[in-house]
Amino acid sequence: MNAKKKRRLAFAAALLTAGAAVAGVIVYGLGQNTMYFRSPSDVAAKQVGEGVAFRLGGLVEKGSVTHGTGAEVHFRVTDGKSSVVADYNGVLPALFREGQGVVATGAMNSSGTFIASEVLAKHDEKYMPPEVVDALKRSGRWQEGNP
Amino acid sequence: MIGELGQLALCFALALSLVMAVSGLMGARATALAARKTATSSALGMLVFVGLAFGTLTYAFVTSDFSVMDVANNSHTLKPLVYKISGVWANHEGSMLLWVLVLAVYSGLVAVLQRGGERLTSAALGVQGLLASAFILFILFTSNPFLRLDPAPFEGAGLNPLLQDPGLAMHPPMLYAGYVGLSAAFSYAAAALMVGEEGWARAARPFMLIAWIALTCGIALGSWWAYYELGWGGFWAWDPVENASLMPWLIATALLHSALATEKSGAFRTWTLLLAIAGFSLSLIGTFLVRSGVLSSVHAFASDPTRGFFIMVLIALAIGGALALFAVRAPTLQGGAAFSSISRETTLLLNNVFLVAACACVFVGTLYPLVLDALNGTKISVGPPYFALTFAPIFFALLLLVPIGPRLGWKRADLKAAWQALYPALGLAAVAALVVLAIVSPRGVAATGAFAVAGWLIGASILDVRKRKGARASAFAAALAHAGLGITLMGVAGTTAWRSEALTVVAPGQKTVVGPYTLRFDGVTREKGPNYIADRAHIALMDGDKVQAMLLPEHRFYPAEGQDMNDTAIHTTGWRDLYLALGDDRGGGRFALRAYVSPLAPLIWLGGLVMALGGFLSLWGRLRMKEPAPQPAAPVMAQAAE
Repeated sequence: MNAKKKRRLAFAAALLTAGAAVAGVIVYGLGQNTMYFRSPSDVAAKQVGEGVAFRLGGLVEKGSVTHGTGAEVHFRVTDGKSSVVADYNGVLPALFREGQGVVATGAMNSSGTFIASEVLAKHDEKYMPPEVVDALKRSGRWQEGNP
Repeated sequence: MIGELGQLALCFALALSLVMAVSGLMGARATALAARKTATSSALGMLVFVGLAFGTLTYAFVTSDFSVMDVANNSHTLKPLVYKISGVWANHEGSMLLWVLVLAVYSGLVAVLQRGGERLTSAALGVQGLLASAFILFILFTSNPFLRLDPAPFEGAGLNPLLQDPGLAMHPPMLYAGYVGLSAAFSYAAAALMVGEEGWARAARPFMLIAWIALTCGIALGSWWAYYELGWGGFWAWDPVENASLMPWLIATALLHSALATEKSGAFRTWTLLLAIAGFSLSLIGTFLVRSGVLSSVHAFASDPTRGFFIMVLIALAIGGALALFAVRAPTLQGGAAFSSISRETTLLLNNVFLVAACACVFVGTLYPLVLDALNGTKISVGPPYFALTFAPIFFALLLLVPIGPRLGWKRADLKAAWQALYPALGLAAVAALVVLAIVSPRGVAATGAFAVAGWLIGASILDVRKRKGARASAFAAALAHAGLGITLMGVAGTTAWRSEALTVVAPGQKTVVGPYTLRFDGVTREKGPNYIADRAHIALMDGDKVQAMLLPEHRFYPAEGQDMNDTAIHTTGWRDLYLALGDDRGGGRFALRAYVSPLAPLIWLGGLVMALGGFLSLWGRLRMKEPAPQPAAPVMAQAAE
């Protein structure tokens, strides 16, 4: 084997090692940091473990929003079948409304309350987050063209 | 009448783009002189007609011609003029027309500048023509902006208030100039594969530079918009649409570096071709992700499945075609020139490995949830921690290398001398780290490391500028761009490590302390904007008993669109931002207030600007430089390097 071939081989081996290392990092990173989307029915069916971060999506139940003395907010997220009590300490997005779609990131605590770390309400009157539409369809509370 | 004129212009443009495709590809043969002339003139003709179509649509928006459906769905008579104009591209149909307009502009530039050999340019125009005809067909069949509405409504439906913003008015044209600019590199690469390489990397370099500058500015603008408009104080969320613009930027950056090696020393010939194809492919995938409605965001206009399908077929044809061409033709091209393991080529190779690896991390993190959903309906999301774990360390390693590359010569170099010349930069890095450890709290490993690397980058750039007096523009350009990276890194590290957040409910007259600031809440007034009603909070920034500045965050309601949005107020010293967002009404004049103190935040975008300036400088040097570049190194030298 001449010097040139040796160099090429070493080069290819180095690239392969680098590629494998990157792939390893990616797989490890995905394993550690993916969050599942769950509907209130999923939560009621005990599919979600305590303390495991996930995204909860549905509609903000009408008449369920109450404020504490500070910045804390309590509300219920519903998909028409089940609902989950959620606590959030923060300023709600401008588009947060009762009866409208919401997606919140957080985890369940031991008393069955969802502690939200982030609340998103990216919809407008025309738009509903696709996951929420899906959750409503599964619970049979979705009518086409009439959210 | 005006709508039909636009439609007609677009049909003419389609015909010309087809002529351009056929004649351009025919012109790749040595003897087809006439075909080459036809390709050039049809490129210019297409630009005129696409420009006419775009002008027509803009006119319809400005005059609020609601008989055009696109205008009726996305505009409103009360909108300020600038947002009537930006409304042209703030919807699916118009944004696709803008895409084609930018493509036509680049085709025109390729035709006028005639860089590279005649056959190369002609083939490149042919590929541009193919792309243009595919996208014009897409517009005419699935996203026609000139469709009529009969009877015409008296008033339009308005535009998402989030999009009614000066930063976002400029964001799409910038980003498209970047995305579509990569089409020129793609077309030149495909042309080089067809005619056999004829200095394509040199011919395409101005287009790569323009695309890179535009992408840099576009991403910076988008991130700045997200910062002041979305009200959560962040500058980057690893949102799929953000990632869609970051991926082409990473590959374009790799391409700029790899193409330089190809041009100067003949290294990485085939790899550079592949990068040019990959860059534009990621632009296309970005367009698909953003515009097809698979992602939920303010960017997703299209909900029509035929559009998503059409774009997917288009992408498959473009990428598949280019890769097939590459597979067939690349082995016939001359291989890359050899180089010693201590040389500038090696550092550029590492640069490319790191950039492509970083891009791979973003790619998987962005597409994995979509693939999983398509496969079995499992809905997951990949959060920022994934990107912090994968992207950040790879990019960090890349930054460590940046100062070394420009100090090594081509082919073979003296690492020790380069290293010794960098001692002052190492000193600056050490000082930066010590400053962070000594005076700033809280201290953190990540922040200390980031500031050391920033010092390392900026120090090396200063050395480059000082040492190379009388050097060519390109050396200064690289120094500026690399210093810009350091500046952005400081901004990102400072904001991430030391940002403080306060969340309070305030009553009128009440004072509240946020970090080093004392604020007094003076109540909320009702204000009337041109097309919205606002609750405007009056918040005094106090300096002892004096009022230093008034901050006026607003909560706006847009009746035409039926939407709410927050308008934040930012007080900046250039080194530190005080950022206020008004929350919900808690009754009795009390309001929730969110405040962030973000140290060094302005540096994030300042760094982007400096990077773009570096790009401009390089472009200016390129276009001024008329004499042919030195030929790639002779084989004799290559052997010497073995």
